[in-house]
Amino acid sequence: MFLDFFLLLKEEGLPVTIGEYLNLLEALNKRVAAFNVEDFYFLSKTILIKHEQFLDRYDLLFGNYFHGIELSDIEKKEIPEDWLKKEIDRLFSEEEKALIEKLGGLEKVMERLKQLLEEQKEKHQGGNKWIGTGGTSPFGHGGYNPEGVRIGGSGGQKSAIKVWEKREYQNYASDVELNTRNIKLALKRLRILTREGIEDELDLHTTIEKTCKNAGYLDIEMQAPKKNRVKVLLFFDVGGSMDPHVEICEQIFSAAKSELKHLEFFYFHNCVYESIWKDNNMRHNDRIPTFEILHKFNQDYRIIFVGDATMSPYEITALGGSVEHYNDESGAAWLQRFVDKFPNIVWLNPSNEYYWDGVPSTKIIKHIFKDRMFPMTLDGLANAMKTLKGKKVVH
Amino acid sequence: MQEFKGTENYIATEELQIAVNAAIALEKPLLIKGEPGTGKTLLAFEIAKALGKDIHTWHVKSTTTAQQGLYEYDAVARLRDSQFGDDKTKDISHYIIKGKMWQAFESEEKSVLLIDEIDKADIEFPNDLLLELDKMEFYCYELQKTIKAKNRPIVIITSNNEKELPDAFLRRCFFHFIRFPERQTMIDIVKVHFPTIEDDLMEEAMKVFYGIREIHGIKKKPSTSELIDWIRLLKLGKNTKEDLEKIDFVAAQPPYYGSLLKNEQDFEHILKAKRAGQNTFRRF
Repeated sequence: MFLDFFLLLKEEGLPVTIGEYLNLLEALNKRVAAFNVEDFYFLSKTILIKHEQFLDRYDLLFGNYFHGIELSDIEKKEIPEDWLKKEIDRLFSEEEKALIEKLGGLEKVMERLKQLLEEQKEKHQGGNKWIGTGGTSPFGHGGYNPEGVRIGGSGGQKSAIKVWEKREYQNYASDVELNTRNIKLALKRLRILTREGIEDELDLHTTIEKTCKNAGYLDIEMQAPKKNRVKVLLFFDVGGSMDPHVEICEQIFSAAKSELKHLEFFYFHNCVYESIWKDNNMRHNDRIPTFEILHKFNQDYRIIFVGDATMSPYEITALGGSVEHYNDESGAAWLQRFVDKFPNIVWLNPSNEYYWDGVPSTKIIKHIFKDRMFPMTLDGLANAMKTLKGKKVVH
Repeated sequence: MQEFKGTENYIATEELQIAVNAAIALEKPLLIKGEPGTGKTLLAFEIAKALGKDIHTWHVKSTTTAQQGLYEYDAVARLRDSQFGDDKTKDISHYIIKGKMWQAFESEEKSVLLIDEIDKADIEFPNDLLLELDKMEFYCYELQKTIKAKNRPIVIITSNNEKELPDAFLRRCFFHFIRFPERQTMIDIVKVHFPTIEDDLMEEAMKVFYGIREIHGIKKKPSTSELIDWIRLLKLGKNTKEDLEKIDFVAAQPPYYGSLLKNEQDFEHILKAKRAGQNTFRRF
């Protein structure tokens, strides 16, 4: 009974267990819900799904299984109209615009471009089919025009200005059990122990002293236990040039999760702009405005950015410099907001320190962070943690 | 079997009713999550009222340990008493203080046990309650006996998502996420509290309320309980639809806005957003 449905959920990566499946059958047996699809949906949801992050996927699968809705229809994404418009405004000269009019107007050309883009998305491997209209269009790549729009394909160069193709990103899994002991030890330095809360620990020393003074009659003294109160926000760069560093990032992430109780983490791509995201699978739908972060967390929080700081310098300094969308404010302005608000902030860079000075974007970020950029070595990590505690570290 | 259908003071969606009834039928704890102010804690009280059960409430704080819900052994009091040669000290049971779970387990009739805001406690807290919630029993070392529930209580657990709960714990619970009420449900909820409210006043109040909720970056979004407080004040102040219509947050502020916005930074944030003409903010 509903075994196929259960197996489908399992296959699609929802954390369902046999115990829960049996519970569902038991509930059906006890007639908890009436026999209609809606009630069954409510019932199975309450029994099988234990976290709101899975609810959306569950809804999709449920719909798919019981009504045969195509998943791909729901996931299919339109190319945003304003991207196309903006690009055309930015890239076409007056003569070219006149030419477009002759060709049947902007609408027509955009229609064609959209069509080509969709085709492109389907056959993106190899990256050899570039958009072009016979050599007169600025769309396409072939040449060395640094401001050209590159559509699709994997970036060979590290400083492509615009990439339209949606990339594959992976979440840094937090359950990787790698050898993170060294990292954990380094993170332990980031400890701010305070006695807070109710006094439920026997203060042995004072008790003995006071009992002695009390001529042998017990005089008990209590104290609050020591606890680590450090609060940390972690920001991870994902995708693109970070791919070679995934493993070390996973280690940091896994160690931080187990060592730091008050930890929140977010993702960004290359540089921080007006929004970031918490779940990489949902990154296009579920974004958090960066202002919300700046607004929500107070200055007690320690901030750690993890990224290779390797990108085209425009991505930091220019308006509209982001590779993924048109940003109204430069990345530098956003980074500066973080530096201004949080006194304890560091940037961890997994790339080799030796090359930092040779990469313009790294230099810019290091400058914005007032030199608080550290390599992802144990020493670098230890120094970063010291800096986060408020100590001045000459690096 | 008794079924929960909501009460005259509490609107329960069908979804919620099924979740509650499934938890009662299968004797599993029900984990309730959702935005603050959507009636998570209230649910347990309403279940108790609707089904005529006693309720034991265990409000969890950051310093609460799982042991406190079971029992505590007051060794210090015993030590002190022993100094005065008190006979009480010979029987350890005098110094065992029963916790909320023990009380619920002991209850002669099936009762409701509310474990409120479980996410406030230490990260290990839910793990320490696995066996207790699964088997509804625990072992008291001091008395050397197992305490077993006479009647498995209906356990309602609420969480505000401050910390993630461990998988092993989640597997033992049923789960329901109370979504923020849609307009129509919200109107029903308001009507439960103010049966005589004028429709046009309600309409305008809802516009202001949902307008504030749509602004990004507010620290504390107003929720159901704030809306109800606010409407109560509007009624007391004899405000009319016309008063609410002119609110634009720049020249005219909503009356009694302190009951909607609990944070003065939020208020400034709205002013700023409004002046900058944030496009998600509707004109009222």
